Amino acid sequence: MTNIEFTNYQEYTLTIFSENSIGLLNRITINFTKRKLNIESLTVSESAIKGVFKFTIVVICNQHTVENLIKQIEKQIDVLRAFYLTQDEILHQEIALYKIETASLLDTNEIEGIIRQYNARILEMTREYTVIEKTGHKAETQELFEKLQPYGVMQFVRSGRVAITRLKKELLSNYLKKLEREHNQAV
Amino acid sequence: METLIKEAESIQKQQTQRVSGSDALLLSLIEEKVSTIFGYPGGAIMPIYDKLMDYKKQLKHILTRHEQGAVHAAQGFARVSGKTGVCFATSGPGATNLITGIADAFMDSTPIVCITGQVGSHLIGSDAFQETDVVGISMPVTKWNYQVTRADEIPEAIAKAFYIAKSGRPGPVLIDITKDAMLQDFDFAYKPCDYIRSYIPRPLIKEEQLNRAAQLINEAKKPFALIGQGVILGGAEKELLAFLEKTGMPFACTLLGLGAIPNNHPQHMGMLGMHGHAAPNIKTNDCDLLIGIGMRFDDRVTGKVSKYARQAKIIHFELDKAEINKIIKVDAYVNGNVKESLPAVTAKVIKNKHQSWIDEFKLIRRDEEKRVIQKEINPEGNKISMGEVLRIINTIVHGDAIFVTDVGQHQMIASRYFDFKNTRSWVTSGGLGTMGFGLPAAMGAQFGAPDKTVIMVAGDGGFQMTLQELGTIAYNRLPVKMIVLNNNYLGMVRQWQELFFDERYSATPISSPDFPKLASSYGIAGEMVKERTGLQAAIQRMLDFDGPYLLEVKVVNKGNVFPMIPQGAAVNEVLFGDEQAIK
Ligand SMILES: Cc1ncc(C[n+]2csc(CCOP(=O)(O)OP(=O)(O)O)c2C)c(N)n1
Ligand SMILES: [Mg+2]
Repeated sequence: MTNIEFTNYQEYTLTIFSENSIGLLNRITINFTKRKLNIESLTVSESAIKGVFKFTIVVICNQHTVENLIKQIEKQIDVLRAFYLTQDEILHQEIALYKIETASLLDTNEIEGIIRQYNARILEMTREYTVIEKTGHKAETQELFEKLQPYGVMQFVRSGRVAITRLKKELLSNYLKKLEREHNQAV
Repeated sequence: METLIKEAESIQKQQTQRVSGSDALLLSLIEEKVSTIFGYPGGAIMPIYDKLMDYKKQLKHILTRHEQGAVHAAQGFARVSGKTGVCFATSGPGATNLITGIADAFMDSTPIVCITGQVGSHLIGSDAFQETDVVGISMPVTKWNYQVTRADEIPEAIAKAFYIAKSGRPGPVLIDITKDAMLQDFDFAYKPCDYIRSYIPRPLIKEEQLNRAAQLINEAKKPFALIGQGVILGGAEKELLAFLEKTGMPFACTLLGLGAIPNNHPQHMGMLGMHGHAAPNIKTNDCDLLIGIGMRFDDRVTGKVSKYARQAKIIHFELDKAEINKIIKVDAYVNGNVKESLPAVTAKVIKNKHQSWIDEFKLIRRDEEKRVIQKEINPEGNKISMGEVLRIINTIVHGDAIFVTDVGQHQMIASRYFDFKNTRSWVTSGGLGTMGFGLPAAMGAQFGAPDKTVIMVAGDGGFQMTLQELGTIAYNRLPVKMIVLNNNYLGMVRQWQELFFDERYSATPISSPDFPKLASSYGIAGEMVKERTGLQAAIQRMLDFDGPYLLEVKVVNKGNVFPMIPQGAAVNEVLFGDEQAIK
């Protein structure tokens, strides 16, 4: 029999659909803690279906671990479905905000170039500070961060990942219909 | 039209009744056919305890001497009766005292519902007296848990709790109820739960999975089946027997699968695992098809995973999808309740016999018989061995008893030597290996099977972890037969020290009270046996006695349980204990 693979670490994006219940986030994250896995990023929001919540979690681990993890998560009573996706199966974005002292920007003429080059935008500008916004992958928002460092970044924040699958549509609504159908057949 | 509406309303009225949250809880339990509750009161759960007095006819409450005793009793009750066990505890320390039992039930898939009192909802999050986040604490070890803060949530929460605990792969559920919710009045109506859309307890069995499994079974020359507790939990003993007898293949049981099929079945090759029988362990690495049925390839069963059944194709019949490919990658699986999947696959397999393959197991068995078993059950030395106690019990009860153990050497000896005959007659802590489990679980088992003989064996160490339950046993005149196999050691740990830590017996010699004397201070009869000559008669006296009885047997101090697969070794690297390297 083949051996289960314990090497080959890779980044996986998990999408988890659940009912909206208190403590469920805890029940989901316990499965990471139990395996000493770090959550790289986490986003929770209501999905396209009312009352159904979508978690997007990024984790670095091997194939066997992520397969087990996803099954343990799907086993939680209030979880409807859970999937894991590799890099090439998803489109994803993160958003970053940078707060910089306005004065330091006024002393230079490179700002326009940076904003253009990085496809960033200025969100707010006051006499004291300027907030710049950029969406992109982590590497991109990180690069801009480094570019802005010389001007003094007073605050920096990056969101969790949001992701949409390339391969499948959000077929959860069909899945929910199938569940109801099977239940009705059974009773 | 209006009269119609009025009529509908009055029907509704009749179906609801205005009661307090506490009443609602107890009425809900009655609706779920609960009759026995194990528990311990305290401030936050007092309103429920107060109302218990009004339902004495329907609900019997057993006051244990510790909350751990209550939860283990609920487990013992559930394991023998097939019903869901129920226990109560107060907030804070009461609730935290349940955790070990909940974790044990989680590991061993035992359906229990634990009700804990909680401080008033206005106090939650304020570090109030005896407030503890039991929902948070129990989350990793419950199948589901929920905090109720309003009386009107109670019926639905309880209905869901019982549905979740018992359906699918069973497990523990905890419902935490704030004190104010117990005291609120509301219109109570009960509706059992049979559907939660995000939960699939009964996966539909797929034809192509069955076909693939049947094909592998039909092609196999040396198939071998591993039977787990899933068969008992699914009530699929008959279906399993039909499958095994049609295919003619040898099989063995995991620790918790024992009793699913009687030991004397000609295809039964014994127990798997670290201290299991040599033949099934060795043959795991010799078969050409390994079939796991309602079991989970625990590391005590597999030994070193990278050397486990590499030569064989593997099939897994399993209800819990998360167990499939978790430890061992399989070639085929059938996801579903074995109660349904086994008959379906039986219909697809050809009738077969594997006598010469079975004879290969028997050859190893004969070797084990000579090198281990006879030495254990008919020892030459003066000191009594644990195995001979089991041998004598077998000659008297012939498997017609419920056997409950604690954890340690005596547990492994019991699992190896008790003559299993009936399903649901074996209660032991498997996955968690909880010392202190035995006595309270035996108590619960006796409530769950009042007409059966319940025999418990414990070690001198583990018995001292929960022996306060002697009080509960005495008070309720429970006729539990308690055997303490006293070797003056935390024997199982001592064995490892002897074999793997240069005989450095760190913290394993342990002193004990005179157990029969202790029992007698509770008004429980008993005696101590030190010599072989009195053993048989003492066991007979214990079994004949009408009421609880404690028999302490002084056994050989440094006995070892063999065979043994050392941790990290392959399943076929079995030690018999007479090897030169060990001596
Ligand atoms: C609560 C708990 N603590 C510690 C252990 C570790 N442990 C496993 S077996 C054992 C020794 C048990 O000794 P005893 O009850 O005397 O039984 P024996 O092995 O001697 O038959 C210990 C300490 C355990 N399983 N459970
Ligand atoms: Mg001992």
